[in-house]
Amino acid sequence: MQISKEEVMHIAKLACLNISDDEIESYRHNLEEILDFAKTVDSVNTEGVGETIGTNENYNVFRKDEVIDYGDREGLLKNAPSQDEGMFRIPKVLN
Amino acid sequence: MSREDYEVVIGLEVHCELSTKTKIFCSCSTEFGGEPNSHCCPICMAMPGTLPVLNEKVVEYAVKAGLATNCKIEQNSKNDRKNYFYPDNPKSYQISQFDKPLCYDGYVTIEDEKGIEKKVRIERIHIEEDAGKLNHDDYGRGSFVDLNRAGVPLIEVVSKPDLRSAYEVESYMRKLKSIFEYIEISDCKMQEGSLRADVNVSIRKKGSTELGTRTEMKNMNSFKSIVRAIDYEIDRQIEVVEEGGEVVQETLRWDDISGRTFPMRDKEDAQDYRYFPEPDLVAIKLSEEYIENIRKALPELPESRKKRYIEEIGLSEKAANFVTSSKYYSNMFEKASEISNNPKAVSNWLMSDIARIMNEKELEPDKIPFTAENLAELVVLIDKGTISNSIGKKVLEELFENPKEPSKIIEEKGWVQISDEGAIREVVLKVLESNSQSVADYKAGKDKALGYLVGQAMKETRGKANPQMLNKMFMEELKK
Ligand SMILES: [Zn+2]
Repeated sequence: MQISKEEVMHIAKLACLNISDDEIESYRHNLEEILDFAKTVDSVNTEGVGETIGTNENYNVFRKDEVIDYGDREGLLKNAPSQDEGMFRIPKVLN
Repeated sequence: MSREDYEVVIGLEVHCELSTKTKIFCSCSTEFGGEPNSHCCPICMAMPGTLPVLNEKVVEYAVKAGLATNCKIEQNSKNDRKNYFYPDNPKSYQISQFDKPLCYDGYVTIEDEKGIEKKVRIERIHIEEDAGKLNHDDYGRGSFVDLNRAGVPLIEVVSKPDLRSAYEVESYMRKLKSIFEYIEISDCKMQEGSLRADVNVSIRKKGSTELGTRTEMKNMNSFKSIVRAIDYEIDRQIEVVEEGGEVVQETLRWDDISGRTFPMRDKEDAQDYRYFPEPDLVAIKLSEEYIENIRKALPELPESRKKRYIEEIGLSEKAANFVTSSKYYSNMFEKASEISNNPKAVSNWLMSDIARIMNEKELEPDKIPFTAENLAELVVLIDKGTISNSIGKKVLEELFENPKEPSKIIEEKGWVQISDEGAIREVVLKVLESNSQSVADYKAGKDKALGYLVGQAMKETRGKANPQMLNKMFMEELKK
């Protein structure tokens, strides 16, 4: 499975990763190896096997629609680097 | 070439917040408002190690929505992960549905500008979670994240590109809103963002079957802005093409104040969401029986009510259309008709004066300030002759300003109709005496003079005289 340098840069951008030029080749190589490994699955004979949804055979795991108040806002915000008036403060987002 | 030479093609993605008590994947409340981050827990805040569990009501409501819009229901459904970074999206992915939406291949019926019925096809309805809210301050200190809305359940209703004008878009959205209100899966409050639409607009030369390049306007949440924005965007695209240019595929922001669209700072690669099956959730399998039970429990929908009003009550098509346009009108109509035993009068009030005032005040149907009992009493007071029709209109105005029982209003305002024969004769004689010219005109064969005399008597009694009695008595006196 061939991966181009452009694809590596595109994926890095989507993942918000800064990759330097001399790192690209090693990422490219690693990604190719991962894909080749995943390709092993193709060798399995799936004839007559129906479509599966996920790897967990369980289904319909639902929750009742009943409110449980978590009640610890302090705790939820505690580890934020910056907060203000009960909100997470982050660098200004332009719209 | 002019606007008439182009065909407009519009498709809509309508997002509707479901009125479940709790969020889609955790037990936090979905209540609107509240202190920032007070309806949150480690799950909807995406703390590491937490796992989502699907709210059973979300599935039920989405299936309801699908059945009410003639969709097929997917019996083997699942959730998928949609990946993107944005600060209002704490997990950096949204749990949505990709290739197995709960509902697909539906339609709703709307009326176009000419009143002709038209089907708008629905491609799919899927469930997903809402994002949080970013607040900004004026001092440039940063942005502030409130995750109370993060994880509130949504359905996204994706239409086929079947809409041809801003008018049709509004009719379609009103239809969806009305249906969702009838089946009680959402309060559809546009001002709170619980019903909003992404609008895709393109144009093409008439006769062409190819789709033109489309632009997208996101998160539109008022009918007025949607109509203005679409009309603006159609004109803009036609101008671009007429000047030999090409429409660029982009996301636009509608600005209500300037009445223009602006390109949004493009989130590059935004379309590359890398969907994959959500590994933290299991499959959703719906049995025939489950679906049929929901179908059986659906309340009567507007189409069926409309048919019943025409066939059983004898309303005109126009009246039945109007009355069923909203659950709130329809419920008021049914209740007030039952109490007053005069459905035609009730539908007339709704369709004419009530609709006009609601329009002037820019109120949506759920905001009628008075009750069905109030309207029924108004109708009964007129039917009994206690007040005239014109006083009735004044009572209605008052019901909007200061709602209370109509009988109290007319008592306080002294608007009770004068039906006392002696009192009316007194007025008639007085008017005849001071309008000898009109009397002479009438006797000379000018029938119009009678109308003038009745008008004078009405003026004299400030509209309170019983008009039938006035007419009769003038005729009697003039014959003498
Ligand atoms: Zn939560």
